[in-house]
Amino acid sequence: MSDDDFMSDEDFNDESLEETDSEFEDETYDDDRYLKYDKPQRKSYEVEFRVYSDSQIQKAQAEQIEEVSNILGLPSEQCAVLMRHFKWQKERLIEQYLNSQEEVLGAAGLDTNAARTLKIEKVKGFMCDICCNDENGLETFALRCDHRYCVECYTVYLEQKIKEEGESGRIQCPCEGCSTLVDSKAIKLLAPKSVSDRYQVLLNRTYVDDKDNLRWCPAPNCEYAVDCAIGPKQLTTIVPTVVCSCGHHFCFGCGLNDHQPCPCALVKKWIKKCEDDSETANWISANTKECPKCLATIEKNGGCNHMTCRKCKHEFCWVCMGPWSEHGTSWYNCNRFEEKAGVDARDHQAKSRASLERYLHYYNRYANHEQSAKLDKDLYLKTEKKMTLLQSQSGMSWIEVQYLDSASKVLQQCRQTLKWTYAFAFYLERNNLTHIFEDNQKDLEMAVETLSELFERPVEQLASLKVEMMDKTAYVNNRRIILLDDTAKGLLEDKWNFTVDLN
Amino acid sequence: MSSGSLRRITKELTELNENPPSGVTACPISDSDLYKWNVTLTAPKGSLYYGGVFHLNLTLPSEYPFKPPTLNFTTKIYHPNVSNDDKGSMCLGILRAENWKPSCKILAVLEMARGLLLEPNVDDAVETNIADQYKNDRAGFEKTVKQWIKNHAKEK
Repeated sequence: MSDDDFMSDEDFNDESLEETDSEFEDETYDDDRYLKYDKPQRKSYEVEFRVYSDSQIQKAQAEQIEEVSNILGLPSEQCAVLMRHFKWQKERLIEQYLNSQEEVLGAAGLDTNAARTLKIEKVKGFMCDICCNDENGLETFALRCDHRYCVECYTVYLEQKIKEEGESGRIQCPCEGCSTLVDSKAIKLLAPKSVSDRYQVLLNRTYVDDKDNLRWCPAPNCEYAVDCAIGPKQLTTIVPTVVCSCGHHFCFGCGLNDHQPCPCALVKKWIKKCEDDSETANWISANTKECPKCLATIEKNGGCNHMTCRKCKHEFCWVCMGPWSEHGTSWYNCNRFEEKAGVDARDHQAKSRASLERYLHYYNRYANHEQSAKLDKDLYLKTEKKMTLLQSQSGMSWIEVQYLDSASKVLQQCRQTLKWTYAFAFYLERNNLTHIFEDNQKDLEMAVETLSELFERPVEQLASLKVEMMDKTAYVNNRRIILLDDTAKGLLEDKWNFTVDLN
Repeated sequence: MSSGSLRRITKELTELNENPPSGVTACPISDSDLYKWNVTLTAPKGSLYYGGVFHLNLTLPSEYPFKPPTLNFTTKIYHPNVSNDDKGSMCLGILRAENWKPSCKILAVLEMARGLLLEPNVDDAVETNIADQYKNDRAGFEKTVKQWIKNHAKEK
């Protein structure tokens, strides 16, 4: 690796450090640096990200809390409440705390009377306000606000909040109107293990939800979170696709499946457009007119321009929309009335028709690749079958038939990319750059279809096609990289002109 | 239901009997089931609902007091905070699970309900149409309220 390469990596790292709190980097910085020596250089469409497991997230929280606890000299369970209140913005918390300690504690739901340690106590002459029990020797508990209840009631209360309502960081004292928060120490003291475990899981969730640079992997049952420094403001210039440890490719910006090269804003618009009835409306406006009198929608079904509305019996001219009575026998002259209005109306209709056709052009191609993507699973299952067949028929070993597996994976990925190139193209304004984009798109599409064809060949032929398929797979993948690289660079340098606003 | 729950309800009942809130009567339907109560509200003077007598059902969940009671008007009432259907339910403030605290009492629920007769809470309305009318067409609102009281809420 040359010095230059090393420098550019450095630069990137600095950038990402600015964006995020550096909590994760601290610990892993060194081996991160080490890994980069071996990794090929990042492509322009790739983003830096990390995948974290549940326990790593928990550890990261604990470390930050510990650090703040050391600085502020407060017990860690109170710091946890404060950090959550400040959405983990450590510097802001420390600054405000040093300015006005009491105010910060109060706002976060912590009582300022911090001297007393929380413990289960027996109090003489006590009656629990919740269950009205006044037995002697009753075990009781109170937060710093001193609203005291029996341990049994407290436990039931916490269990209900945590297990049934899914609350964690915002559980308040059971007393009406008291906003003192129950901290993790109280939970440990009072709740059974299953409840405090659940509490921890829920806290982890709020931690990830609170932090902009963290997002849960949206795959079903996946428990990993991804850390990526791309903020919402950067989404117009980058499409941050990340890959979770579970194998799911998704967009860090919006959480949807990988949609490179299309920026999130376009994806949102496109999906809405396709779901909306707006396209039906487009068809109606391209193919119908409204009766000038009763405004019923009319589709012309014959050649004659003398229209009679079925609904209100109004007679009018389809061409100029004027009443037929004024046409007399010389309808050819109808253009002389409101000439400009007539031209406008026809223009409008032609434009609407052209826009519909344009949309359908892109939509059909998008939908076709989407359909193929939906068949991915079948394709994959077929591939597996073919691989087994091939092993038994041609005597190839398992490792020797892996080329089919990788070909199938590359195909799926490319179809996904192709699908979104059509949504991208739909919003693209035509200029010289569009040609390059369309060439790239064409090259990828042709390569994908060739590889797809090879795939459909009978199993007997597949063994002899091995070298060709491996070549094509590499080629297709390369075409995809070229396309993504080109579009990503364009986005970054703001070279693409879109017909809609990305913000 | 736990013994704590029953003990608590019994205590509240005693307190209510000793110190009944004005304009409200509330007691369990039968001695064998303390979790279902009959409530009667009379609107305070100065309220739009003055002159009406409203019957409600108060149901305590078996988890009481860890979960809030539910309150239903059996008398029809034209009110932004009461659902205009056969349930006549009220669901705001402390009656919501997330706002309820185990230290809240039935008395507080009853007082809130009576308070809403004096002044509806339009920002947390269940019937948004009625709330809009309350805000924008007070005369029309009052007319319907009076009409409904005449038809449904007069004691014979």
